[in-house]
Amino acid sequence: MNGFGYLRPGSVQEAVEAHAAQPGARYLAGGTNLVDLLKLGVERPALLIDIGRLPLNGIQELPDGSLRVGATVRNSDLAADPRVRERWPALSQALLAGASAQLRNAATTGGNLLQRTRCPYFQDLDKPCNKREPGSGCGARDGVHRDHAVLGHSPQCIATHPSDMAVALAALDAQVELYGTDGTRRLPVADFHRLPGEHPERDTWIRPGELITGVLLPAATAGAPSAYRKARDRASYAFALASVAVLLRVADGVVDQVGVAFGGLAHRPWRARHTELALLGAPATPAAFEGAVALELAHAEPLRDNAYKVSLARNLALDVLNRLAPAPAVA
Amino acid sequence: MTGTTGTTGTALGAPAERREGRQKVTGAARYAAEYTLPGRVHAWPVPAAVTRGRVTAVDTSAALALPGVLAVLTPFDAPRLAEPEDGTLAVLQNPDVPHRGWCVALAVAETLETARAAARTVRVTYATAPHDTGPVEGHPGGYEPQEAGGQPGRVEHGDPEAAYAAAEVRVDVTYRVPPLHNHPMEPHASTAHWDGDRLTAYTSSQGGTTVRSVLAQLFRLPEERITVVAEHVGGGFGSKGTPRPDVVLAALAARHTGRPVTVAYPRRYLPTVVGHRAPTVQRLRLGAHPDGRLTALLHDVTTQTSRVKEFVEYAGVVSRVMYATPNLRSVHHVVPLDVPTPSWMRAPGESPGMYALESAMDELADALGVDPVELRVRNEPEREPGSGKPFSSRHVVECLREGARRFGWTGRDPRPGVRREGPLLIGTGVAAATYPVQVAPSTATAEARPDGTFVIRVNAADIGTGARTVLAQIAADALGVPLERVRTEVGHSDLPPAPLAGGSMGTASWGWAVHEACTRLAAHPEEGPTVRADTTGTADAESPYARHAFGAHFAEVAVDTVTGEVRVCRLLGVFAAGRILNARTARSQFTGAMVMGLGMALTEHSTLDPAFGDFPEADLASYHVPVHADVPGIEADWIDEHDTHLNPMGSKGIGEIGIVGTAAALGNAVHHATGIRFRTLPLTPDRILAGLLSEG
Amino acid sequence: MTSASHHSEVTLRVNGKPHTLRVDHRRVLLDLLREDLDLTGSKKGCDHGQCGACTVLVDGRRLNSCLLLAVTLDGSEITTVEGLGGDREEPHPLQRAFLDRDAFQCGYCTPGQLCSAVGMLAEAAAGHPSHVTDPAAPTEGPVPLDRPEIRERMSGNLCRCGAYPRIVEAIEDVI
Repeated sequence: MNGFGYLRPGSVQEAVEAHAAQPGARYLAGGTNLVDLLKLGVERPALLIDIGRLPLNGIQELPDGSLRVGATVRNSDLAADPRVRERWPALSQALLAGASAQLRNAATTGGNLLQRTRCPYFQDLDKPCNKREPGSGCGARDGVHRDHAVLGHSPQCIATHPSDMAVALAALDAQVELYGTDGTRRLPVADFHRLPGEHPERDTWIRPGELITGVLLPAATAGAPSAYRKARDRASYAFALASVAVLLRVADGVVDQVGVAFGGLAHRPWRARHTELALLGAPATPAAFEGAVALELAHAEPLRDNAYKVSLARNLALDVLNRLAPAPAVA
Repeated sequence: MTGTTGTTGTALGAPAERREGRQKVTGAARYAAEYTLPGRVHAWPVPAAVTRGRVTAVDTSAALALPGVLAVLTPFDAPRLAEPEDGTLAVLQNPDVPHRGWCVALAVAETLETARAAARTVRVTYATAPHDTGPVEGHPGGYEPQEAGGQPGRVEHGDPEAAYAAAEVRVDVTYRVPPLHNHPMEPHASTAHWDGDRLTAYTSSQGGTTVRSVLAQLFRLPEERITVVAEHVGGGFGSKGTPRPDVVLAALAARHTGRPVTVAYPRRYLPTVVGHRAPTVQRLRLGAHPDGRLTALLHDVTTQTSRVKEFVEYAGVVSRVMYATPNLRSVHHVVPLDVPTPSWMRAPGESPGMYALESAMDELADALGVDPVELRVRNEPEREPGSGKPFSSRHVVECLREGARRFGWTGRDPRPGVRREGPLLIGTGVAAATYPVQVAPSTATAEARPDGTFVIRVNAADIGTGARTVLAQIAADALGVPLERVRTEVGHSDLPPAPLAGGSMGTASWGWAVHEACTRLAAHPEEGPTVRADTTGTADAESPYARHAFGAHFAEVAVDTVTGEVRVCRLLGVFAAGRILNARTARSQFTGAMVMGLGMALTEHSTLDPAFGDFPEADLASYHVPVHADVPGIEADWIDEHDTHLNPMGSKGIGEIGIVGTAAALGNAVHHATGIRFRTLPLTPDRILAGLLSEG
Repeated sequence: MTSASHHSEVTLRVNGKPHTLRVDHRRVLLDLLREDLDLTGSKKGCDHGQCGACTVLVDGRRLNSCLLLAVTLDGSEITTVEGLGGDREEPHPLQRAFLDRDAFQCGYCTPGQLCSAVGMLAEAAAGHPSHVTDPAAPTEGPVPLDRPEIRERMSGNLCRCGAYPRIVEAIEDVI
């Protein structure tokens, strides 16, 4: 990487204005992915705007029972927060399933959402990659792609989004709060990341210069049973081959509230809307779960070497659904 | 514990604490890239971006324009070297690109950051050529090598094909081991410094004596003008057993710039330039009587090498050692491809070879309905099958019996796939281990100091084995003095020349010379104050015996039927490796190698990308070496073995045998758990899950 | 603060001593320690946050120093392996335990393991859960460290020599 300027703004407003004024600026928070990419030469910013000391590191309970998590709250602190552990357990579990303790101590909520794929072709400047260099081709499609997408990929890109946290946030109906020169807006986390389509260089729907200021965990999902499960190549410190976050509330044997999202399968956390639609109001039985999960995974288009992900995702989802369902369902 | 001598203080076998331990836990120990000489600068390599071809131009102008850049060396203008015997060291000497990742330029700058930026700014133009990256099976370019690991490429006795065809019970199975990477925690690094025509190189190497002689040849210098320092070495496991491009590049760049230069290879560049375990395809055919006695053993190994040099992963040699059979064939085929050059990785040959052989033996036990421990006992040979030599000592049966006792093997239900605990399937497995006793001539000196202390000098390398410590123990024993009165100096080429720390022969080779020097000094103090020993002619004398260490691994695993994840519950290794010289460091080496075997079995996955000719799993996020959470309480122990045909200490090497057989024991346990044979490593969730599903 | 140039001045306390340096914005803490301060105890195993050999304590938290731009750390308090023992002659009890248990071989991952373990003990004492902590466990109070907890929490520190079982024993010795 060549040299770059450095700015430590005094306010969110100043940060956003500085970004707008400087082409090639990047926001820097925990740096666990950005510094990695700087060293690889994938990112070549002109200016780093260090938002690490802005007052975005609080977790506040709002009057309606929702929780507002600042963008620079560290992953480890968010995972340890008693309110998160008690009311949105899938989020704590997802965070703790990701990376290492050292990385979680540095990585932030906003940065985690914006981390980039770990596709090895994306990381190697000497190989083709439409995400890194649009139009250069995709090395992975016919190459080594055991870890790549089975849902929603495009001829241009088969990368997966690497986050665990985002998968839980998607299932929990969390919203991401964005601040830009046009003011503040919110997007559901489940709709924040894009599918690659013809523009895999764009990971999310964030607008140029917008800054993530926080994430909102809604009251509507607070306290509902939820859990996260991940499968990986080693027992810890590895990205997901596949993962699932599930929120399931059952009343009188019937599914009252449900959120299911998959990780490791697609260019974004994959909210399983077909599964949810099929389950809502349905009896919370293993058979119902099986049918509903199959509906979602019927959309999978595995590549030469990653069909296992469909079975793996199915098993993970059924395991967590059955575990969260009240006892009669698993009997 | 069965292995210690029960003595304390100076006696061999005592669990003496590592002598450099204090330096290592306080951060004071310096490794090759940490010699911050005045004016020291950094260099960053540029890896070839094509699979095969030629560099036609290197545009260095933009790189040289960056402030702080001192030079960019290219194949067109780098200082010329004599032609090396090892082709992987002919860096920047000609524009040919034999494989992706080959060094095609080197940027030198005042700081690491600038060197990295400069390397990225260099523009290399190539003329690409068609490439061939395999696959090896059925490849027309394959041939049978003359040698494999210093032994004949083929050994054949009897009529193995006919005997196999006539066997009452037959097993015909093919196992696949992927490329594996050494990835020592310290990346390969060197700091070089010229003072006139004297060269000093601080390098991360398992053998500084060889580094010096190779540099002398390359730079056409007498060895006396070269100093090689390798005081602390952050692991190697074979990849640092020979000089690597980092030391040549550092010396070239230092000569070119007139500054001390450090080349610390970036982690993700290592897989293509420092060697790796070559992938193997191994077909095993076992023919047996119904009672389990082998009538035929055929071990056909197909592997690959680069076009730079021939390296044969000699996986077939284990079948010449392990089991009695009247009809034996062990043969290698190798295919040269446009791929990175493979090399030594911990127990090259034996490690993948025993994975295949010991898995096949398990399959045979299954086919016969014989206990796998018992099957091995029934095939115990009286002499080494390949050579016909008697064994100097062989206690594999004792290791199996002792391991079985401690593991609780007796009464094991042989039925596969029947132990279910919730979503988990539980299984146990066993495999034997073997590793040859190797030894090379060494020199060493022992000096008696006026204050009653002694100094032992030998250019050994302590790569984490505890060489300083164990050599002091050998010396103290031979001198008949307390351990505290002996100091050891290693890791510097001004010291008496010595062979490398590799092939599990370091301690035996250095120790023999140390023992001889000390014994003479003790018997004849008048020869002192310094006595020099040279074991040439004795250490390398041909032995009438087949000399090997042996062992047995026992494993218990849990296979998660939801995810296909395999987790190790227990791992026990019992070894017979001559006299154990330091109980503490020996245990660490055994268990550490078993951890590497666990990685080979379960987590370490690499792929040669046929389109690009390198390994996408190049970094430590994608190449999964085991982490703490993968490793249960591993136990290693040993049985007493008294062997007078080895060396004055009665020791066998212990650095590698721990990895041999581990993967087979784990794989056999996975079969016992699931009832499914997985014959391709590693046993990752994708494969396990696919297997579980296809079995319904 | 702002710097359109590519260098800035930072002040850090490292092992109790203040240092003011003009740093290249690209410089990470690991290289600052090793290159500028000649504190080479912190190791570079991967330079990308994938091995943990560079782990140090920053304001008491364990972090991968290879991923921290030095310019962002102005005013921070850094503890490296060289400073674990403080002003004492004797090594830190954990360093002593590593020696007693032979919890290393080549020694290259050791400084990171040590700093990581010190950080881990503080995290568990502060009640931070891990991936293997029972989600139903109380959210208040220290987390007891059994072997699965230690293994999971130390998984950010690779050891290719495979000293893991001994490292866990050494950590247990100081709990």
